[in-house]
Amino acid sequence: MKETNSNWAGPDDNGRFGIFGGRYVAETLMPLILDLEKAYGSARADKNFQSELQNWLKHYVGRPSPLYHAEKLSEYLGGAKIYFKRDELNHTGAHKINNCMGQILVAQRMGKKRIIAETGAGQHGVATATVCARFGLPCTVYMGATDIERQKPNVFRMKLLGAEIKPVDSGSATLKDAMNEALRDWVTNVETTYYLIGTAAGPHPYPTMVRDFQSIIGKETKQQILEAEGRLPDTLIACIGGGSNAIGLFHPFLGDQDVNLIGVEAAGKGIESGLHAASLSAGSPGILHGNRTYLLQDNDGQILDAHSISAGLDYPGIGPEHSWLKDIGRVEYSSVGDSDALEAFKLCSKLEGIIPALEPAHALAYVIKIAPKLKPDHILILNMCGRGDKDIFSVAESLGVVL
Amino acid sequence: MIERIKNCFLDLQEEQRAALVTFTMMGDPDIERSFEILKGLPNAGADIIEIGTPFTDPMADGPVIQAAGQRALKAGITLTKTLELVQRFRKIHKNTPVVLMGYFNPIYIYGVNKFIEDAKSAGIDGVIIVDLPAEEDPEFCLPAIENGLAFVRLVAPTTDVTRLPFILKNSAGFVYYISITGITGSNVAMSSKIAESVHTIRGHTNLPICVGFGVKTPQQASEIAKFADGVVVGSALVDCIAKSLVENSSDSLECVESVHQLVKSLSIAIRAAISKEPLK
Repeated sequence: MKETNSNWAGPDDNGRFGIFGGRYVAETLMPLILDLEKAYGSARADKNFQSELQNWLKHYVGRPSPLYHAEKLSEYLGGAKIYFKRDELNHTGAHKINNCMGQILVAQRMGKKRIIAETGAGQHGVATATVCARFGLPCTVYMGATDIERQKPNVFRMKLLGAEIKPVDSGSATLKDAMNEALRDWVTNVETTYYLIGTAAGPHPYPTMVRDFQSIIGKETKQQILEAEGRLPDTLIACIGGGSNAIGLFHPFLGDQDVNLIGVEAAGKGIESGLHAASLSAGSPGILHGNRTYLLQDNDGQILDAHSISAGLDYPGIGPEHSWLKDIGRVEYSSVGDSDALEAFKLCSKLEGIIPALEPAHALAYVIKIAPKLKPDHILILNMCGRGDKDIFSVAESLGVVL
Repeated sequence: MIERIKNCFLDLQEEQRAALVTFTMMGDPDIERSFEILKGLPNAGADIIEIGTPFTDPMADGPVIQAAGQRALKAGITLTKTLELVQRFRKIHKNTPVVLMGYFNPIYIYGVNKFIEDAKSAGIDGVIIVDLPAEEDPEFCLPAIENGLAFVRLVAPTTDVTRLPFILKNSAGFVYYISITGITGSNVAMSSKIAESVHTIRGHTNLPICVGFGVKTPQQASEIAKFADGVVVGSALVDCIAKSLVENSSDSLECVESVHQLVKSLSIAIRAAISKEPLK
């Protein structure tokens, strides 16, 4: 397996990807951030840690996830040869657990006694609650009140797993507000508590650590596609909220210049409507939640609310490495709105017998748009980063169906 | 200007007492009433005035200051308008130091160099930026200090002695010791524990040390005034505004009066406190 080009090993010592990233946190948290950086650095270099993680990923998470040739969808669209990286088959139903498994082992190494997390769609909350149950650590999950309403199944799952759910009413009562509240908890309980961030954002070292734990997606994909096709793919596509599944898929391919990488943001009701979550397509650089990155904000630097049918993409920021990859032009970023994502959701369910989560349904909608124009030998891989069971209630509502 | 802060502490040294540092949010409950509050603070007994500039996502603030920020944003305050209020204040009060407290993004979007220049010409003497730790000094702290704007450093209970020299290296005006690990408006820590921390910090800086986060009552303020060079009271004042808004008509000036009343009683308590540790 070809290793990634070392030029892509960023960030620098200060946690910067170009001008993005950094550590914009209160002094109370800073010593802990430095501790975490040290602890993660030593874990990363420790063979025992890596083999323990591999073991958990194999036997508990169920990795490697398959790389599946979506033959019926490819035929239907009549263009590119489409593969799905089946991360929705992981334990808990999404890619989120890859990162949780890694971070819970880091938290253990640091001797932390309590775990907190933020969640949007609830997938990260479920994955965190799951590893906390398994490792016997108390878990508090902050979730926006709006998201609690539209992701009821996941809320119940987290409770079953023994987590405490704290509803957040401030602001837009979605992911960004849950993150604010988790940071406030952390600043208060800083000595005992480990903040298990769910996406490749936040202060350094989180963007790097989450990326590293999610890179298993791309590493497996590379090996699997070489086995299946004897060559690298032409295009990789993933949805982007905070961007953890996308960076996980993309990162091992960054040095492979011939592989096109496309990130798909949520355009909500359309970029021009102002009701969207497309921070890369329509935002500007600013500082939020500990890092500099593209943000949805007004002219006074106040953060705007994001909008998307998908709770997991409903975030006004983006991981800093994506901001950098956008600026240097290595990854192309596009966006897809609510209604196209819903169509893709329905089509995939009927054609492939796979109900995708609303998040990858955005990436799928983009595939539906471009695949027919591509040649049959064009290999395109979509990261099916989550399954749609959690979304059936909100999809039914959007389709006017009463369950 | 850093000088205005220096002179303030020199005067207090002669009086042998600690400074009362007040925090209120500009734009809360609306722009004009926040100015009325600001304008009356020196006469009510505030020695140094911290003014808040709101941010939509104040990650280190408790519910009281979050709500104040929301009221202020709704009232249409911006960083530009905040600077205008300070300019008006300076026409009346020449000597009371004004320190602006907020989060970095609004300043970053305003433009760092432009902000430093405009803040100085408006009459702001120092800034406290919650989410700029010493690791990010080149971006704002260094240009601010170079241009005569004090960068007031926050020191937390989690800051250990090995870190103190590094974070105090680039600081000016005074040092702000956060008395608790927590958000603004939490319960205050034991004063003996705070005294110990203040003593430790004194070993690493000649700057005056003010203590804040969680100080609510005149009694707590007078306890802390015995060993610190200044006591910061914020959430308790902001809470006066919130309560007054509930109890009075929407345009009532009662909130202005109630903030000034609390400042008066805090000031009396601090003036009565006898310093156990000699002030610098």
